[in-house]
Amino acid sequence: MFIGYFTERPYQDRTADWYKASGVGLLDLTLSNGVIDADVQADLYHRYFDEKLYIEEMGFDGVMLNSHHSTPFCMGGGPMNLEAAVLARITKKLKIILLGNVLPIWDDPMYLVEELAMIDVLSRGRLVSGWVRGTGRESVAHNAQPPYNWERFLEAHDFIKKAWTQDGPFRFEGEHYQYRYVNPWVRPYTKPHPRIWLAGIMSRATIDFAVENRYPYVMLDSKLELTAQVFEYYREKAREHGYQSGPQNLGYMFKICIEETEEKAYETGRKLIEGAGNLFLDGSQGQANPWAQNLPGLNTRKASGYLPTAQYVHNIESRGLNLKGEAIDFTAQAAETPAEHEFRRKQIFDGLLERHAVIVGTPESALKQVRHVLETLRPGNVIFWHGDGDFTHEDTMRGLKLMGERFLPAVREIGRELGLQGAWEADPNGIPLEPADELAAGV
Amino acid sequence: MTAVLHAASRDVEVSGLNVHLNELGAGEPVIVLHHSTGPLLGAFHDRLALSHRLICVDLPGYGQSVRPVRARSPRDLAIYVSQLLSALELGPTHLVGFGFGGWVAAEVATMNQDSLATLTLVGAAGIKPRAGFIHDPMLNGYIEYMKAGLSSDEVFDEIFGVEPSKDLLDLWDYSREMTARLTWKQWMWNLILPDLLRGVRTPTTLVWGSEDRVVPRDCAEQYLANLPNARLEIVEGAGHLVELEQPHAVAALVVDAITRAL
Repeated sequence: MFIGYFTERPYQDRTADWYKASGVGLLDLTLSNGVIDADVQADLYHRYFDEKLYIEEMGFDGVMLNSHHSTPFCMGGGPMNLEAAVLARITKKLKIILLGNVLPIWDDPMYLVEELAMIDVLSRGRLVSGWVRGTGRESVAHNAQPPYNWERFLEAHDFIKKAWTQDGPFRFEGEHYQYRYVNPWVRPYTKPHPRIWLAGIMSRATIDFAVENRYPYVMLDSKLELTAQVFEYYREKAREHGYQSGPQNLGYMFKICIEETEEKAYETGRKLIEGAGNLFLDGSQGQANPWAQNLPGLNTRKASGYLPTAQYVHNIESRGLNLKGEAIDFTAQAAETPAEHEFRRKQIFDGLLERHAVIVGTPESALKQVRHVLETLRPGNVIFWHGDGDFTHEDTMRGLKLMGERFLPAVREIGRELGLQGAWEADPNGIPLEPADELAAGV
Repeated sequence: MTAVLHAASRDVEVSGLNVHLNELGAGEPVIVLHHSTGPLLGAFHDRLALSHRLICVDLPGYGQSVRPVRARSPRDLAIYVSQLLSALELGPTHLVGFGFGGWVAAEVATMNQDSLATLTLVGAAGIKPRAGFIHDPMLNGYIEYMKAGLSSDEVFDEIFGVEPSKDLLDLWDYSREMTARLTWKQWMWNLILPDLLRGVRTPTTLVWGSEDRVVPRDCAEQYLANLPNARLEIVEGAGHLVELEQPHAVAALVVDAITRAL
C-alpha cells in the first residue's frame, strides 16, 4: 500500500476579520489579496515545509500537492511546482505527487516540460506528475478559455509527453500549442518519463483517458458509495481496454484526524472544515462561487458525461438554469446566534463522520473506520488529508507523530491483508486479460 | 415578450454549415444579426416587418444554427455571414446588428462592403473603449448581464418577467458558451477593427441607448470617428438592449437609415 499525505496549505490569519473560523460564509473569489500579510505568509510557507520533513520522518510514502488559484484556502496555486522543487531538494524518500498541474491554463506548457523534468532530476525520480483540468477558478485566474479546456488538456499532455520522451530538436504544430524548436536542456530522471496520475470527481472522459493510458486515477474526497461506483467504472473500462486493473491503479484521498482521545479527535477534526478550508467541500463554511465554478463551456452539457460523484444537478443549477433570476444571498446562510452556529457546526460535522467523509479517533478506533473505507473501495493508494482548515502547527505535528508511531504501520498491515498493492508495488499497466476474460469483456 | 408576426424558418447551407433564418414581413430585405445572448424576436422585428422583409440570422453557433467548432473569433462568423449574403443573392442589402451582432456586422462591412446598401450598428461591440470595459457576463452570469443591458431592473421584470422562462435561460446559457468560444479574450474587441473601418464607405447609422451600461458610449464615438460615412443617433432613456426598451424608435431609425440611402 502507498500512503500519502495532503494539505491544501491554507492561508491562516486568525487576527483578520475575514477569517471566520466562527462562521460567516465567505463567498469564493470575493476576497481581495490586499489582506495578505507578508510575515504571516512567510511563516506559513516555512511551516508547511517543516511539516513535510516531519511527514517523511513519520514514515509516509509521499506527499501530495495541489494547485488552486486566487484563494486563501490553498497557498500552492501558481507556486506548486516551486514547492515541489524545494521538496525535491530537502526530502530524501518522499514521492512528490502533484495533483496536479492544471494543463489547460498554461499557454506555454514548455515551462511544465522543463520545470517538472528538473523536479524529477532533483528528486532522482520521485516525481509523480499529475494532471488536472482545474475548477473554474483556475481558468479565471489565468484567463484560460473554458470551452477549450479539455482540448487543451489533451494537447498539452501529448506535447509534454513527447517533449519528455523524444530526442530533440523537433517541431510541434498543434491546434492550441505550436513550437518551432523543442529541445529542452533538462530531461526527466525517470525513463521513459515521470509517472503520470490523474485525479478528479467530475468527468467520465478523464477516467476514460486514464484507462486508455494506464494512468492511476485518484478520487478526491468524494462520497464513499459513489466513489465505489466510479472505481467500478474504471475497472470496467480497463477490461474493455484488455487489462485487469488492480488496486495499484486506484487512489483515494480522505480527511482524517488522529488524537490520543476520542474527544480531542472530534474537536481537532472539526478544524479540517473550518477556517480557510476548501470552499467547494461539504461542510465548509465558505461558498463556492457558482458562476465562476461553471464557466461557459468548461464542463460538458451532457448528463451522461458526468461521474456519479459529480452532483450533476448542482452543476446545472450553478449555471443558473434553475435560478429565478435572483442573486443568491450567500451570507444569509450564516447562523444568527452563536448557539445556532454551534448547532449547525455539530450537525454538519456529525454528518460527515457518519458517512466516513471525515474519520476521527484514536489510532485504534480510527483504524476500524479506515478498514471500512479500504474494504469498500480497495484502493492501493491512499492519501490522508490532514493539517488543513484551522489546524495549527501543533495540531498537525501531534497528529503526524501519532500516525507515524501508532497508525500507519497498522494501516499497512490492513493493506497487506486485503492485497492492496500500491502503485510502486504492482505493475501500473495492470494485468493483461486471460483469453476467456477477453471474450467476456468483448475485446 | 411581444408576440412576433408570422415568421417563416428555413436553413441555408453556408460552407457546409446549416445557418438558420427566421423571415417575416415583405418589401426591401433587411438582414438582422442578434446580440451575444442569442436570437430573440420581438416588437422591434414586428414593427420593422410592417414595411420590410426581415431576414433574422441565427449566427453560426447560436440559436438553431449549427456550431462551427473551429470558429475562433467573431470575424470567422462575419465570413459566414458574408458568404450567406452571397448565397441569398439579394444584391446590396441592409444590415442591422445588435451588440455583438453589431460587431459581426462591422466586420462584414470591412471585408465585403459592396454587399451592403446600409449598415446600422446598435450598441455595437468590437472596439476597445478608451476607458473602462465592455460589460462581461462571464463571472457573474447571464441574468445579471441581461439586467445590465437594460436601463433598470424593473424593465427586466417587465420584459422577461420576475422569473424568466426556462427557454430563455437555456438560450442565454447556450449563447454565452458560444460567445466564450469566440471572444473570451480579448473581451469583445478587435484591435485592428477601427483601422479597417476607415475604408468602409457604406452609409452607417450608429444607434446607442443613452443609458447603455454594456458597451460604453466611447465605442460609438470611435465608430463615428473612423467610419467615413456614419452618424450617431442616441435613444434617450434606453439601455444597451435599445430595441427591447424602445422597439418602435429603433425600427423608425432603421427605416430612416434605409430611406436616406435611397
